[in-house]
Amino acid sequence: MFLKFSQITFFYFLLLSQVNGAESGGMPQLNPEFWFSQIFWLIITFGFMFVVLSKLVLPKISENLETRKAQISENIESAEKQRLESENKIKEYDKLILESKNEAKNYFNQAREKILKDVDKKRENLEKEINEEISKAEKEIEDLKNKSPDKVRKIAIETSSDLIKQVIGVDVNNSSISAIVEDISRKRN
Amino acid sequence: MYQFNVYRIGPEIKIGEIDLSFTNASLFMVISSLAVLIIFNLGSKKSSLIPNRIQLLAELSYTFVSKMISDTAGSKAKPYFSFIFSLFMFVLFCNMFGMIPYAFTVTSHIIVTFVLAAFIFIGVTVIGFIKHGFGYLKLFVPSGVPVVLLPLIVVIEVISYLSRPVSLSVRLFANMMAGHTMMKVFGGFVISLGVVGGWLPLGFSVALTGLEILVAFLQAYVFAILTCIYLNDALNLHH
Repeated sequence: MFLKFSQITFFYFLLLSQVNGAESGGMPQLNPEFWFSQIFWLIITFGFMFVVLSKLVLPKISENLETRKAQISENIESAEKQRLESENKIKEYDKLILESKNEAKNYFNQAREKILKDVDKKRENLEKEINEEISKAEKEIEDLKNKSPDKVRKIAIETSSDLIKQVIGVDVNNSSISAIVEDISRKRN
Repeated sequence: MYQFNVYRIGPEIKIGEIDLSFTNASLFMVISSLAVLIIFNLGSKKSSLIPNRIQLLAELSYTFVSKMISDTAGSKAKPYFSFIFSLFMFVLFCNMFGMIPYAFTVTSHIIVTFVLAAFIFIGVTVIGFIKHGFGYLKLFVPSGVPVVLLPLIVVIEVISYLSRPVSLSVRLFANMMAGHTMMKVFGGFVISLGVVGGWLPLGFSVALTGLEILVAFLQAYVFAILTCIYLNDALNLHH
């Protein structure tokens, strides 16, 4: 089987080489028949392509690339600028927040101080008033204290004169009664 | 070898004794150059910030080639950008169109690659002499070489310089021709081994197609980058 297969292969190769040899007759590349035609058409086609490419197409492509590069760098620049701006804004914002915090603290402190002061003042006033009231009351009491013996004496004199009049039916001199009352009250004291 | 045959399309055009007829090779040159023009024209038409696909393709190719040039030949090579770009694209498209079955591969003909290479060689030499005058001949005298060895080195340098167009053209031509021949051979194996044994060469053929597409790109790239390197020698005389 293998022998037969290799035999067939060998003969086919032989056949192939014969066929190739028959159709080629040497390399067509070395046949100068169409050399000038090839050179001529090469110059024409390549030259045409070169001229159109270099004059029309390539400048356009390079221009496109340049504009894209410019646009991209511009965008990057503006992005950078905006980033800086936003950073500045953030800084400003932070500063503002800090300031307002401080201000709020100040306000708070001030308000507290004020309230404390107010409270102090009011308390002082109140204390003063209370003291005044107290002293007034004390004075009144004192007055009352001072006045009461006189009144008592007067009442005692009147009552005793009335009593004497009723009991004895004689009008006694007020001064003598008062002397007696005074004597008694002195003794009591 | 039928795929490499050049034949006339349409009438015979003769100027004097010279045959300038339109051939299948000419047809594929026209197709390649028009394809390049159409693609890059479409790619450059609209200028949107976010490119569409074809614009992206055009712009990626542009930056690819311009980076290749600035990497190998520096900023002085900028005026030659459009030539190297055209060269790269022409060779690339010719190679790629050659990968289509029944298509003709323009770059598989030595005369085409040789004309391109010779033009590059002459151009680079002229640029070198314009930029540096006779100082350009210092290219053949590397610095730091012992005086005894100098005659030998100079001869070798001159030979290597003169063989540049040959090596440049033969590299591209041989790569394309060898690849296509190999694919043809494997295709022949598929036919000759038939249903029984043809599967292995068929697989090879498929793999080779991928490889050839890679080679088609790579050879265009090599062609362009060697042009850049030669240009670099002419522009920045390092020796």
